[in-house]
Amino acid sequence: MTVPALSIKNLNKKYGNGFEALKGIDLDVEQGDFFALLGPNGAGKSTTIGIICSLVTKTEGQVEVFGYNIDTHFPEAKKHIGIVPQEFNFNQFEKSFDILVTQAGYYGLPRVVAEQRAEKYLRLLDLWDKRSQPSRMLSGGMKRRLMIARALVHEPKLLILDEPTAGVDIELRRSMWQFLRDINAQGTTIILTTHYLEEAESLCRNVAIIDQGRIVRNTSIKSLLKMLDREVFIFDTRNPITALPDLGGVTGHLLDDHTFEVEVEKNQSLNGVFAALSQQAIEIVSMRNKANRLEEMFVSLTNPAAGASPGARSGKPEGHP
Amino acid sequence: MSNREKWIAFVTILVREIRRFMRIWQQTLLPPAITITLYFVIFGTLIGPRIGTMEGFSYIEFVAPGLIMMAVITNAYGNVVSSFYGAKFGKSIEELLVSPVPNYIILIGFIMGGVARGLAVGLIVTLLSLFFTKLHVQHLLITVSVVFLTAVLFSLAGFVNAVFARSFDDISIIPTFVLTPLTYLGGVFYSITMLPTFWQGVSHANPILYMINAFRYGMLGISDINLAWAFTMIGGFIVVLFAFCLHLLENSKGLRN
Repeated sequence: MTVPALSIKNLNKKYGNGFEALKGIDLDVEQGDFFALLGPNGAGKSTTIGIICSLVTKTEGQVEVFGYNIDTHFPEAKKHIGIVPQEFNFNQFEKSFDILVTQAGYYGLPRVVAEQRAEKYLRLLDLWDKRSQPSRMLSGGMKRRLMIARALVHEPKLLILDEPTAGVDIELRRSMWQFLRDINAQGTTIILTTHYLEEAESLCRNVAIIDQGRIVRNTSIKSLLKMLDREVFIFDTRNPITALPDLGGVTGHLLDDHTFEVEVEKNQSLNGVFAALSQQAIEIVSMRNKANRLEEMFVSLTNPAAGASPGARSGKPEGHP
Repeated sequence: MSNREKWIAFVTILVREIRRFMRIWQQTLLPPAITITLYFVIFGTLIGPRIGTMEGFSYIEFVAPGLIMMAVITNAYGNVVSSFYGAKFGKSIEELLVSPVPNYIILIGFIMGGVARGLAVGLIVTLLSLFFTKLHVQHLLITVSVVFLTAVLFSLAGFVNAVFARSFDDISIIPTFVLTPLTYLGGVFYSITMLPTFWQGVSHANPILYMINAFRYGMLGISDINLAWAFTMIGGFIVVLFAFCLHLLENSKGLRN
C-alpha cells in the first residue's frame, strides 16, 4: 500500500484571540488524486493549506506529506509541495524569468537546471514572451499563471492551489483547467480549493467539505452528487404554452410562455414526464439542470436551513470509495 | 537539504539581494556617494583647514575613516531592513518560508546581502575620498575585518527592525532616531578625548564608538579605545543578535500566523 500524498491527523488551530479555526481535522489524499477542498469563507481551508506549507503554525495534530512529517522532516516534506496561494506573493519588481530561477534556487537546483525549468514552465503557461517583463506589468491572468509556473519549477509531487482561478476570465479558466488535468494525468497529486463549484465538479475526483473548522463530508464527487434527493430541470418548448402542462405526477412550475421547470425526486424518472408531454403534443427543444448540482449539495451541507436536502448531511466524514 | 543544495540556496538569496540594490542604484548607491562627497567638501575642504590637526592628522584625514564607516553602517542596516520588510509587506517572503531552506541560511543570505551593499558603498566612498585626501592603511587586516564585522552587525540590527516593523514608518524610526545620533556621537567628527570626562564615560556606552575607532586605528594607527575590547564588543553583539534573529525566524515572529 502506498503512503498517501497527504495525511492529516487531528489538526487543530487556535489563534491567539481564542478563535478556533480548525477543530480536529482528519484527511487523507491519495497519490495521483485530484482533490477538492471546499467550504464557505472562514471555514478553515486556507488555514489548513497554510499549516501544510508551514505558513501557519498549528496548535495540535500531525501532517505528513508523502510520509514525511512536516515537523520532523520538514525539508523533505517541503520539497514535495508546490503552493499556489490566493494572493499574488511574488516580488512585483522582478522579471518573471528571475522569479522562477530564484524559486528553483531555494530548492537547491543548480543555475543551469533552474534556467531550463524556468523556460519549460514559462512556455507551458504561455508566459515565455513575457519573461523579461517586471511581473507587475503582467495582467491578472498572467500573474495567476506565473504563480502556477513558480509552484511547479521544482517539480513537486503535490500541487496545492488556493482558489487559482479567482478573477480569471472563462477562456483562461478553461485553459488552466486543461493544464491542471494534464499535469495530474502525468502523476502530480493536486489539491484545489475553489469557490467555483463547477470547477470542482469538472476537475476533481474526491472532495472534502470543511465548515467551521470541521470536515462535514469527505467522499468522491460522484458519491456526493448521488446523495442529492432531487434535481430541477428546465424545459424549453417549441410552441408557447399558457399553463403548466400535466407532468405525469411530477411537480413543476411555469416560468414563462416557453419555459417551465420540473422537480424530479430521487425515486422518480423523467420518462413519465416525457410521456405526459408527448400525449399533450408539447414539443421540447432543450432541457438543462437549473443549478449547479454540487452547489446545491454544498449549501445543504454547510447551511442546512437553506439546503434542499437535510438527509444529505452527516456529521462523520466518509472514507474514499 | 544537502550541503550543496544549502549553498545553492544561500547564493540564490545573496544574488537576489545584490540584484535588488543594483537595480535601484539611484536609491541605494548614488545618495551615499553624494552625501559623503558633501561631507568631504564642507568638513574637509572648507571647514577642515580652519580646525587644524586632530591627533597629528589633518582634519580631513581624521574624519575620512569615520565617514566611510558611517556609510557602511547606514547602508548595511538600510539594505536588510528595507529588503526584508519589503518582502514581508509584499508577501514574497512566503516564497522562502514554504521552501526547504533552513532558517539560518535565510538569515545569513539576507545578512550577506546587507554586507554586500555596505561594502559596495564603503568602496565607492573610499574611492571618492581619494579625490580629497590621501588615505593611509596602517593595519590592512584590522581595517578589513572591522568594516566586515561592522557591516554584519548592522545588517543583523536591520533584520531585527524589519521583523518587528508593522509599517514603512517603523523602518525609518530606528535609523533616524537611534542610528544617526549614535553614529554622529560615535566619534566620526571628533576624538572623544575632546569631551569632558563625564561625556567621555557616556560615549563608551555607544557601541558605534568602538567600531569607528577600531577602523580608524586600522587606517591611521590611532584610537580612543582599546582595540581588543572593540573586537570583543563587536563579536559579542554579533553572536547575541544572530541568536536573537534566528529565534525570531524560528518562532515566526510576525512572519507566520
